Amino acid sequence: MTPHYNFAFLDEDTKRMLRRALLKAVAIPGYQVPFGSREMPLPYGWGTGGIQVTAALLGPDDVLKVIDQGADDTTNAVNIRRFFSRVAGVATTEHTADATLIQTRHRIPETSLREDQILVFQVPEPEPLRTLEAREAETRTLHALADYGLMHVKLYEDIAQYGHIATSYDYPVLVDGRFLTSPSPIPKFDNPKLDRSPALMLFGAGREKRLYAIPPYTRVESLAFDDHPFELQRWEQQCELCGSGESYLDEVVVDDRGTRMFVCSDTDYCHGRRAEAAA
Amino acid sequence: MYVAVKGGEQAIARSLELLAEARRGDTAVPELELAQIRQQLRLGVARVMQEGSLYDEELAALAIRQAAGDMLEAIFLLRAYRTTLPRFGYTRPLDTSAMRVRRRVSGTFKDIPGGQVLGPTYDYTQRLLDFDAAPVKPVTPADTPLPACMPRVLDLLDAEALIERSEPGGDPEPLDLTREPLSFPADRATRLQNLARGDEGFLLGMAYSTQRGYAENHPFAGEIRMGEVDVVICPDELGFPIEIGAITLTECQMINQFHGGNGTPPQFTRGYGLSMGEGERKAMSMALVDRALRCEELGEANHAPAQNQEFVLSHSDSVEASGFVQHLKLPHYVDFQAELSLLRTLAAQHAEDTEQPPRSIAGGVPA
Repeated sequence: MTPHYNFAFLDEDTKRMLRRALLKAVAIPGYQVPFGSREMPLPYGWGTGGIQVTAALLGPDDVLKVIDQGADDTTNAVNIRRFFSRVAGVATTEHTADATLIQTRHRIPETSLREDQILVFQVPEPEPLRTLEAREAETRTLHALADYGLMHVKLYEDIAQYGHIATSYDYPVLVDGRFLTSPSPIPKFDNPKLDRSPALMLFGAGREKRLYAIPPYTRVESLAFDDHPFELQRWEQQCELCGSGESYLDEVVVDDRGTRMFVCSDTDYCHGRRAEAAA
Repeated sequence: MYVAVKGGEQAIARSLELLAEARRGDTAVPELELAQIRQQLRLGVARVMQEGSLYDEELAALAIRQAAGDMLEAIFLLRAYRTTLPRFGYTRPLDTSAMRVRRRVSGTFKDIPGGQVLGPTYDYTQRLLDFDAAPVKPVTPADTPLPACMPRVLDLLDAEALIERSEPGGDPEPLDLTREPLSFPADRATRLQNLARGDEGFLLGMAYSTQRGYAENHPFAGEIRMGEVDVVICPDELGFPIEIGAITLTECQMINQFHGGNGTPPQFTRGYGLSMGEGERKAMSMALVDRALRCEELGEANHAPAQNQEFVLSHSDSVEASGFVQHLKLPHYVDFQAELSLLRTLAAQHAEDTEQPPRSIAGGVPA
């Protein structure tokens, strides 16, 4: 642990500011709380929001897991884990079940989370309406009025043009029946895990200076139409390493003839299943 | 047999070693000393301090050396360090009319009280590469030393009521953008703070666009001055102001097209720019963009990018922009996989609808 910085890098006043913003976020599920995002020693767009949330929550007894694309060993996940080992000296783990705090980019672990766990999402663009309406002043008004017609029209136009809703990740959700919310760029495969999750889910967007939350057991609906219900991605294949037919699969090109194989994106889940099978 | 990609930790460690080696270069060549950077790359130091929002030449020099001369990286390093520094207090507003001027030019008057002072400028160097690098001759002092302080050119117009007052809306306590998030609409003090931290290249381009018809400002460089200004704080426990040092600043005041109506007489309007160190390009760009962003307050049509405060203020910061543009090199394969599956579904359906076989088999070939 480096002696030149406060525990978990941020000073205690900043952590307090973050915790206050997080409390507000929990009190208003799905509402984007503006906060005094600090400039972190990692680049914007690389998890600065998630890192600030994690820094505000970490205590010396926490066990931290960091994943990117579901994997513990991708370079960005390794780097963030290394950062917290350096500035906070906390224990880290790759096992979902052993972690008290999990910071993630683009996935929710396959293993069900518990009430005593917190999942922290890194969010590049907290505003689900941003691609439809660039002006922040305008999107805040739309949220205030719960006017989400723009998004419904967008989904309708997808169906009219493609026959399907053509959003496969960062699929918009309605939190607690009130706020249209970005689940962060997780594949829509993961959206059902947001609904009534026992674990607290916190979302940090550092560059955009917004925090939001989905408190435990909150209703989270993925937008859909009665005649076009929400559909999950499915694979014809199973994981070639552990044989799972339920997990989200990565497609890996294994030779220069374009041969593909499919493996679990959640590396801990995959290892666990293989260890079980071997035992 | 495929084995999941492993070894991120080791790859990062090796990459850091390679970076350290590349940064240092040939060890037979002496390492740059911080004093050399401070002294001989002072304009780079100024830019890093300005956009890094931290006036510390030593730290800026360290950041430049660590960043191997990549100014944006150096700015990022300084900003990240700045986050951890405690706040002892806030200074009194700097009084640039009391600047100990080393350079001061005006494009609006041939001569002004105190005179036009070129000072150390690249403006008239003719940009010939100096292959000989002749030794520097000591500068002989001027026959008449510059006055201790010079009146600001715009104050002369102000006395005649030909220009708007510098702060029409009073002087409210500014928001600290490094502590509070930016929200819209942003007031002028907040906008100026954002521009002050903004990327020089971005501001230069936006400023240039205002001169080419994308927001017509009709600017004149009323005054550009550079020199040293005292920094004054008034600690609670003392109750009286004390000088804690002096910093070098460049200030630009633009004079822009008339404005009047609604009971106010026709007047020139202002655009303001301020930069730490010698940062004339930055200060001038900032002043042009500041004026363009005042369009609504002055009842002008808001139609150009430089007038759109959400557009300008949300995209001016190099640390934000650089991070987000470059985050595209992080893995996105989970999302890409989701898009692949969707596209295959759509392509298969298209093939079915048009009765054309798809070019490749959906789902690929399992290994």
